[in-house]
Amino acid sequence: MFNDILNDDFSSAKGPKAIPVTLSTRIRLARNLREFPFPGRAETSQRRAVLTKCMEAMHDIKDLDSSYAVEVDDLSELERQILVEKHLISRELSDMDEASGIILSKDRNCCIMINEEDHLRIQVLQPGLNFSKVWKRVDALDSNIESEVSYAYDGDLGFLTACPTNLGTGMRASVMMHLPGLVMSKNMDKVVNAVNQLGFAVRGLFGEGSDASGSIFQISNQQTLGESESAIIERLDKTLQNLVRQEEFARKKLLQDDGRRLIDKISRAIGSLKSCHLIQSAEAMDLLSLIRLAADFKMLPDSYRSTADRMFIEIQPGHVQLAAGKPVEPDDRDYLRASLLRQKFAKAPFIKTDG
Amino acid sequence: MKCHQCDKQATVHLTQILNGQMHKMDLCESCAQAKGVTNPENLSIGNLMENASDVPEGSDSPMTCESCGTTHSEFKKGGRLGCEACYHVFRPVLDPLLDGMHAGNKHLGKIPAGSKSRVQFEQSISQLRSQLQGAIEEENYEDAARIRDQLKELESKEQANVEG
Repeated sequence: MFNDILNDDFSSAKGPKAIPVTLSTRIRLARNLREFPFPGRAETSQRRAVLTKCMEAMHDIKDLDSSYAVEVDDLSELERQILVEKHLISRELSDMDEASGIILSKDRNCCIMINEEDHLRIQVLQPGLNFSKVWKRVDALDSNIESEVSYAYDGDLGFLTACPTNLGTGMRASVMMHLPGLVMSKNMDKVVNAVNQLGFAVRGLFGEGSDASGSIFQISNQQTLGESESAIIERLDKTLQNLVRQEEFARKKLLQDDGRRLIDKISRAIGSLKSCHLIQSAEAMDLLSLIRLAADFKMLPDSYRSTADRMFIEIQPGHVQLAAGKPVEPDDRDYLRASLLRQKFAKAPFIKTDG
Repeated sequence: MKCHQCDKQATVHLTQILNGQMHKMDLCESCAQAKGVTNPENLSIGNLMENASDVPEGSDSPMTCESCGTTHSEFKKGGRLGCEACYHVFRPVLDPLLDGMHAGNKHLGKIPAGSKSRVQFEQSISQLRSQLQGAIEEENYEDAARIRDQLKELESKEQANVEG
């Protein structure tokens, strides 16, 4: 069962076609049960009681029919890493050693973490930019869970969370965006500043502290108290749509002002992917970013966009080791990563220009 | 320019924009180090100012959550609370932090269905209690007995809900 999840390429194939600029939308809700200390302060026995209570509460929820439930300490190091790379669980949860759990819905778009920083982290994700659909699902799921358990809640402060930065709605709404135009035109610093001032955070693909390799950014709300869920989402959505326009404008301008350099970069990326024999993940991410951009520009067939999106995940260290079927040293990983990419891009056409 | 913490020459100058307002802080090398100003990513002037204004270093604040044992200095250090009761205990130090952190200090979002009935229950209990008090003061014992029965019924219902 677990092998199916690990091998399942949830980022594309079955789902709707990857959408330019916005790769995925996610909303997570932080919740705690009444009468139990938050996980960071709880005894193991209390954490275990919370885990059992939560697992039982999920049992009869229709949206979680045929879902997969597991305790974190039953997973190997590698299995945990893969779930992190798939963005299904947080690094923090993967480091927990006792009485923490994961519930993953059948369609893999809904993942509930139990006993992470809070008792419950309920999250729903979806390819493309689609906050209304994601909110509807996570809201319904939350209400269903709440009919089975009592949440720690205060009329003034809202949902009570271990960290006051999540207080109130307990909601973090975020998207993954591919912004190579803004990066290449050196506008990203300005964008980050402007977005920060609106109360939104910008991070790399793997969250806090991760770099922006592949020009992929995670943008999310920072503030959770003093605004309703719908108001936060609406403001974020507006900002993101504006960002998409800025990115489109930056791309057009790059092509107009320095098209030859852009085509040179993309063509070299195709060449490198076809012929590399050793490659680290950061470099691979940057090359894949150029492939995705080329597909958006229609310089490459559309299918290469989904290939790039899939590869963003499959070239990560955990996934490379999963494909190898065993733990692999970094040098050997670079070799395996290169052969995977060579194979995937063997048939990629070179870009023809009239000049 | 003098350090915000001591009288030494300030060499570290921080500027941060919170909710559209510019905050500036000047620190000397050693105070900056002591405050953990090494990683600008995790830095919040709100927290620094908060730390600067309260208890001098070394003395532990008496504020402790009786329910889970979290102390004020633990909260200051880790930024995490231990349980729901902590939100009452640390409310005085929490409120100024929340101002810098969030768009407002009143929850305007979803209300859980369970809490709706809990809030209603608590309201009716307190209403009945004050009616009972009034009836006793007016020596209206017939009403008082009736209200007391209503109270008993409501409380036993809640007890059954909790146990069920």
